[in-house]
Amino acid sequence: MTQDPLAFREASKKAVHDPRLKQALGRIKGHFQLARRFASSDFPDFDALRGQGAAIREHSITHLHSLLDEFEKSVTTRGGQVHWARNATEARQIVIDILKRSGARRVTKGKSMVSEEIGLNDALLAHGIVPIETDLGEYIIQLRHEPPSHIIAPAFHLNKEDVADTFRAAHSKLDPARDLSDRSALVGEARAMLRAAFEGADAGITGANFLTAREGAALIVTNEGNGDLTRLLPRTHIVVTGIEKVVPDLNAASVLLRLLTRSATGQPITSYVSVMSGPHSEEMADGPREFHVVLVDNGRTRLLGTPAQATLRCIRCAACLNHCPIYGAVGGHAYGATYPGPIGAALNPNLLGISEAHHHPNASTFCGRCAEVCPVKIPLPTIMRYWRAREYAAGLPPITYRAGLGLWAFAAKRPLLYRLGTRLASRVLKKLAKGGRIRALPMAGGWFAIRDLPEPQGKTFMEQLNSP
Amino acid sequence: MRVGFFVTCLVDTMRPSVGFSAIKLLERAGCEVIVPPTQTCCGQPAWNSGADAHCRDLARKVIDSFLEFDYVVVPSGSCAGMIRNHYPEALKDDGAYHLRALSLAKKTYELTQFLVEVARATDFSAKYNASACYHDSCSCLREMFVRDAPRQLLANVEGLELKPLKDADVCCGFGGLFSVKYPEISERMADDKLSDAKNSEASLVIGPDLGCLLHLAGRAARRGENLKFRHIAEVLANCSQASIGEGT
Ligand code: SF4
Repeated sequence: MTQDPLAFREASKKAVHDPRLKQALGRIKGHFQLARRFASSDFPDFDALRGQGAAIREHSITHLHSLLDEFEKSVTTRGGQVHWARNATEARQIVIDILKRSGARRVTKGKSMVSEEIGLNDALLAHGIVPIETDLGEYIIQLRHEPPSHIIAPAFHLNKEDVADTFRAAHSKLDPARDLSDRSALVGEARAMLRAAFEGADAGITGANFLTAREGAALIVTNEGNGDLTRLLPRTHIVVTGIEKVVPDLNAASVLLRLLTRSATGQPITSYVSVMSGPHSEEMADGPREFHVVLVDNGRTRLLGTPAQATLRCIRCAACLNHCPIYGAVGGHAYGATYPGPIGAALNPNLLGISEAHHHPNASTFCGRCAEVCPVKIPLPTIMRYWRAREYAAGLPPITYRAGLGLWAFAAKRPLLYRLGTRLASRVLKKLAKGGRIRALPMAGGWFAIRDLPEPQGKTFMEQLNSP
Repeated sequence: MRVGFFVTCLVDTMRPSVGFSAIKLLERAGCEVIVPPTQTCCGQPAWNSGADAHCRDLARKVIDSFLEFDYVVVPSGSCAGMIRNHYPEALKDDGAYHLRALSLAKKTYELTQFLVEVARATDFSAKYNASACYHDSCSCLREMFVRDAPRQLLANVEGLELKPLKDADVCCGFGGLFSVKYPEISERMADDKLSDAKNSEASLVIGPDLGCLLHLAGRAARRGENLKFRHIAEVLANCSQASIGEGT
């Protein structure tokens, strides 16, 4: 899903003026920011842990090739299969082939952003396979035919009234007069619906938070336990994830786990941490017969060796979204892409192409809060700026913008000319001011759309300095 | 101490009293202050727009104008951050200038940081009767790591009651050209900041960066809010000019 840059401004304008969205986004602070603050200050030296996490991820990215080889060997030894997908099309095809071979018609799914990234659900439906999202948030937005608005809380843009409306419309066989006013009623209803889905599923698809090369395992964290039911009940389990998720071993993963849950929801650990390491064996009572891991590149290797390489460290904790004032104002949907917020601004120009996504790295004041909270110390503003430089070099900003900047730079390199310009500007502005402010100026619509310009004092500093 | 004073383009054009106040403070702290006449702008608009070649040209000019001083002091966290953090990055492939950028970076300070950490002057016998809140700029906080210095300085202003501002570490929505590219988002962020300022029961908002202040004062004027805005240098130097946007 992409969007043209002008549409972002329109979408963001709509979003900031949507009172229900504002109410929903208002929960970010209590829900995520404070939780993270308590969890990180409870930990003896959280910053040192971040350093360790960053080092593990950086090591993994720089040894991607050998770790992935090792991972494939380990998975194969345990009876699983690894599949390699260069792009989204290949990834979808691999999953569809596996499902068709095993005759699967109904598929339960754990939450996976990579599955969103490759557009898996639509592809499955087109092949007559019904995907059922089992994470509560994903389940809700699937019923609403909406994309996720947040990478760990997909339905964060909704209030509980929205969810009740959605359930009434979707679960039309239930009593329309039932009480759905509190959270537990909503959760109970979803649970009953999902129970049936789990029982009837032919295959389960999950993502992975980490892949461990030595053990050949995939790890997921959930709070609802839906991941375990998705992977264990059906005959076939497919893990679909990005190649960058690999780390050396379970020890490394456990360090990252501590960072992930604290940064994401402020939990010292999630309710469930599932380690998935192959199909059911003779000694095991249950588990899937087939275990597949689909490793998706989809542009990730393209980042290696570029100034944006550090984005591959990301563990998708969403702390950067939760602390981003832009995300907090417009929410996830305005971005019009799978990954919103600062991490989206860093990923999307690579994933979607710079001309499709150049508005994302521009939707930042470079306030730096994202980098300050990122558990693996990704310099997000630096990477956004890198994309702006690529955008500029590609001639994508409007001609008026580039010409204006060029003219300003031309003068700024020539102090005498520049002095003339500033003298003129301060005088003209002073003349135009009334009651201490200017209300509008031609060609400055962006500034005056929402604010006045305070009146300048008159003569410039340099002028006053040199006239005794 | 020979201090090269970088006035910044916004102060130069919009509010010279910030520059004169800063110089007064530096001189009272015992510095010899020199204002190199060749300075214009630090180049941040170009850098943040990804116009790297323009930025490098301007960075070299600033380096040439300021390298000779013991210190460079800037009444703005954002321009100081540009020189300290981004010049070395912008000029990393420019051998001689890269080294000069690194040495300039080391001696560049934001005004309040310099006064407290280097000149060790915290009391300027200032008087200001008001209840105020302090709006940290993001660049002061996260690029220059300045949090305590301005508070220490303001604590010594007679008559000034400093109220705690909620969410002081959250951006006000200025962000340079961001404010023009995405005015609606910027508006929401400014409004949040203005309500926090009002809820702090302050009548004056003090800040270290003129960019944030012009944006907030402009938005407050548009909304008809009864709040005053001043740069911290003006408060510390007993500047008698009307506050930002108050007219003359
Ligand atoms: S960039 Fe950092 S903060 Fe953002 S989701 Fe990734 S790991 Fe979390």
